[in-house]
Amino acid sequence: MSPATPTPTLTGNRGLHIEEPLIFEQGHPDKCGVDLPEPADKPDRLGGLARSGPIGLPGLSEPEVVRHYTRLSQKNYAIDSGFYPLGSCTMKHNPRLNERLARLPGFADLHPFQPEATVQGALAVMHRLSAWLLGLTGMEAVALSPGAGAHGELCGMQAIRAALDARGDDGRRVVLVPDSAHGTNPATAALCGFRVRGIPGDARGRVDLAAFKAALDDGVAGVMLTNPNTCGLFETDILALSEAVHAAGAYFYLDGANFNAIVGRVKIADLGVDAMHINLHKTFSTPHGGGGPGAGPTVLSPALAPFAPLPYVVHDGAGYRLVEHVEGNARPFGRMKGFHGQFGVFVRALAYIMSMGRDGLHRASGDAVLNANYLLARLGEALTPSFEGPCMHEALFDDRFLKGTGVSTLDFAKAMLDEGFHPMTMYFPLVVHGAMLMEPTETESRDSLDAFCDAVLALAAKAKAGDAAFFTHAPRHTPRRRLDETRAARHPVLRWEPPAPTRAAE
Amino acid sequence: MRYLPLTDDDRRAMLARIGAASVDDLFRDVPPAALSDATPGGGFDALPDHATEMAVERDLAALAARNTTAGSVPSFLGAGAYRHHVPAAVDHLIQRGEFLTAYTPYQPEVSQGTLQYLYEFQTQVALITGMEVANASMYDAATGVAEAAAMACRVTRRKRVLLSGRLHPHYRAATETFLRYTDIETEALDPDPMAVEDLIGRVNPGTACVVVQNPDFFGRLSDLAALADACHAEGALLIVAVAEPVSLGLVTPPGAMGADIVVAEGHAIGSPLNFGGPGVGLFATRKKFVRHMPGRLAGETVDEDGRRGWVLTLSTREQHIRREKATSNICTNSGLIALAWTIHMTLLGEAGFTKLARLNHMKAVELVEHLETVPNLKVVTPTFFNEVLVRLPGHGAAAIVETLAEKGLLAGVPLSRFYPTYPELADGLLVCATETTESADMAALAAALTEALR
Amino acid sequence: MSTLYFTEDHEWISVDGDTATVGITDYAQQQLGDVVFVEVPEAGKVLTKGDEAAVVESVKAASEVYAPVSGTVTEGNADLADAPAAVNEDPMGEGWFFKLTLADAGELDDLMDPAAYESFVKGLE
Repeated sequence: MSPATPTPTLTGNRGLHIEEPLIFEQGHPDKCGVDLPEPADKPDRLGGLARSGPIGLPGLSEPEVVRHYTRLSQKNYAIDSGFYPLGSCTMKHNPRLNERLARLPGFADLHPFQPEATVQGALAVMHRLSAWLLGLTGMEAVALSPGAGAHGELCGMQAIRAALDARGDDGRRVVLVPDSAHGTNPATAALCGFRVRGIPGDARGRVDLAAFKAALDDGVAGVMLTNPNTCGLFETDILALSEAVHAAGAYFYLDGANFNAIVGRVKIADLGVDAMHINLHKTFSTPHGGGGPGAGPTVLSPALAPFAPLPYVVHDGAGYRLVEHVEGNARPFGRMKGFHGQFGVFVRALAYIMSMGRDGLHRASGDAVLNANYLLARLGEALTPSFEGPCMHEALFDDRFLKGTGVSTLDFAKAMLDEGFHPMTMYFPLVVHGAMLMEPTETESRDSLDAFCDAVLALAAKAKAGDAAFFTHAPRHTPRRRLDETRAARHPVLRWEPPAPTRAAE
Repeated sequence: MRYLPLTDDDRRAMLARIGAASVDDLFRDVPPAALSDATPGGGFDALPDHATEMAVERDLAALAARNTTAGSVPSFLGAGAYRHHVPAAVDHLIQRGEFLTAYTPYQPEVSQGTLQYLYEFQTQVALITGMEVANASMYDAATGVAEAAAMACRVTRRKRVLLSGRLHPHYRAATETFLRYTDIETEALDPDPMAVEDLIGRVNPGTACVVVQNPDFFGRLSDLAALADACHAEGALLIVAVAEPVSLGLVTPPGAMGADIVVAEGHAIGSPLNFGGPGVGLFATRKKFVRHMPGRLAGETVDEDGRRGWVLTLSTREQHIRREKATSNICTNSGLIALAWTIHMTLLGEAGFTKLARLNHMKAVELVEHLETVPNLKVVTPTFFNEVLVRLPGHGAAAIVETLAEKGLLAGVPLSRFYPTYPELADGLLVCATETTESADMAALAAALTEALR
Repeated sequence: MSTLYFTEDHEWISVDGDTATVGITDYAQQQLGDVVFVEVPEAGKVLTKGDEAAVVESVKAASEVYAPVSGTVTEGNADLADAPAAVNEDPMGEGWFFKLTLADAGELDDLMDPAAYESFVKGLE
């Protein structure tokens, strides 16, 4: 049985899904959504550099603007509206207390270059967040300023490069990266002037310890590992791995993307880590915002701490100070970002951490791992788990269960959209075929997980029953059906252009 | 614990289904030596336990109350962060959960909202910068400039980057840091607000790009057309940074002056100051360079039923596919701040944006009139948008700023905050006015400076 | 009369005297899916066997095309800039990538003939 395409409406609208033109197609030059005072009429001081001719921006009144963006919002899936099991992304609930506190004028209405005496509360927020991150990881220092995870990786790897340079070691230019790593790892290593040497995984989904040790030589600057790894598994040999790295004179970078599995349970310092970034927008609940802003504070070991980038906050008898230039024995490798980092994100993360506390974070990582193992147990009956459990906070399946059905991982995911669920991460990690990586997080209820499992098991049964067309033409009920990505890439249309006749008239 | 839905009954039933004895049992792959919470005495004992919403709110509100907000006193602070009035609708709309709590739009069928506003954002950015295409944003302008310099090296296949001494010192530092361990060489000129920089004389066939700012860090507006011509004559690119995006409503845009890449800090439109972050980097270039451009791009296409829609496109430039050969290691943009920016821009429209820009400039012209009444003070910026550099001969600007802050007046940003090793700049003060600056504030500043400089 | 050779990286080389034309095979284009962009080398570029010579991108993947033999590029296929679909539709014909003048005809001995390539591809399936 293949459901019929819904009967088209006369307008193209479908109930709550309303077709919304671009702002450029509905604006009018005479409309404006703000009322501004009249500027004075004095001679300008532009030196003859005043703009000539119109810009071409559309004008809309406030009610039209509110409706436009409200309608657009209704075309988006979000954690607020449903289960979002994107592996490696930690799509947990975003508490609204975080939002309220970040908007207090005492935080939101601060200029970055106010005198220190007028921003002691803001510096205290940065200092207190730093203390929490150091307490939870056992590390020596933290650089708050990186703008997101990949930027934090760059911070950690640049600190490693700076430490090597400081000891005059210019022969180490190789970084070991497991084949299962996020794409950001090799991209970051390359930016630091390192060459990447891939490390294969073993049959258990872990780094092959023997191959790893064989790859370690005196040309190796460091290793970039993810733990729990991108297969959702804890690296059981982690202590042996870090010991071998240090014995070889290299540094250990840990990709903290999966910190949510172990926060409040494992101190990163105890694993022998030299640097790790922390995604505040994953582990510490700040919103993903449709693709940022995040924040990627990076914790550093005593060996790398002197090289932490500017700026950072210190507390002495007189109060909090923002260190913006080299001082004391510090040898910062530079500055990563403008101003003082993602301050608004810091406030949100601190509100979350204080809300959860030591005991709450411990329980959260426990529930995150429990929820993932529950998915592994329930879905393992019909899907094909790639590795034996227990898993950590995410469960990895591959597409063996779809073999011979004519249904791909992508088709399966698109059918999930019709059932009201955001799909899992697909085709990552690269080490298994047709990967489906599911990360439920601790903020999903058992009912929510059961509803998801029921839907996925029903879909798996349908695929195995041979109804490929149900999948290959999914989704049917979403604001748009499958989009033609080939056309978008072959003939890129990256901005709106006025229709040709209007242009000719200009 | 209010964010955790599982009950003890749930946990028991789920563990039974899994076949595990306890939640701790699920952590059996973690070496015991690494499990801090199991250690007697606990590795995390120094950390406090969970807190109620009321308690956290009280605690952090107390910290917020220790700050002097920029809006509560006359404020003339700029230097890359500009305080503007943001309409109420902006913050209301960006807090809709469908925007706030969505991920990057990897499933376009259920992400058309994000994709459409990114496409509109890209168009607005291209229009105001005078460029052909723009991406879906960068972290901020500082990282955007760094990425632009790296991009220019890819386009030209050259390895030398020349930075103006009038570039925002944070943009300069972030660029130098970003490129520090690559094979790209950066040369940055000294910050000299009085001299005319000879950038043209330094462009040669090895130059990948020249990076300038307009208005520059000291407030001065310049015509960059001759520099653009000189760059192009040598096969180099001109990168123009814009710290105050509102200026683009009144000033000839970099694209019209011949820029090849424009990077702007968008933060000042749509977002509160937020102590400097998060920001949003606007990034625009020429169409022919689009495949060298970092960052995400939304592009138009059609769906299976032939209806118009949007997708992320040209993603083969990105790290998840190209890995070590990617154009950048970046995987997020600044989606929500880009949304705030585009909503504010849509509310403004052509009429509002150009009027806001004119209003800012006229406020600055008025501010200069006030400042010119202060004895022992020199306004040194000849042509400007909404910010100027003044010199206070014989005085350290930082000390004057501290003195005035104690009197409830945020007078400006002293250059010594950025250039502590340049004693000759210690008397320099950046002073800015926006539409939020009242005439009475300007009079108060002039009076306070007159007294302090006596 | 040209002779056809293949590499294990799924490139084909059609040799006529000391001139060779290079492209990717039908198997390669099928694996890539819809090709959306091709970057070809400029005339005059000197390539050593194994050098990165071109880049081919589909929606989801990007691959380098390595020089199967050493030589000097005489022409890149400029038509691919506007019509990358030719790589899918006619990989052995209009979808060619670049032409070069051979530096060392002896290098051809290391490559596969059509029959060897056919069995090589069969072994992959």
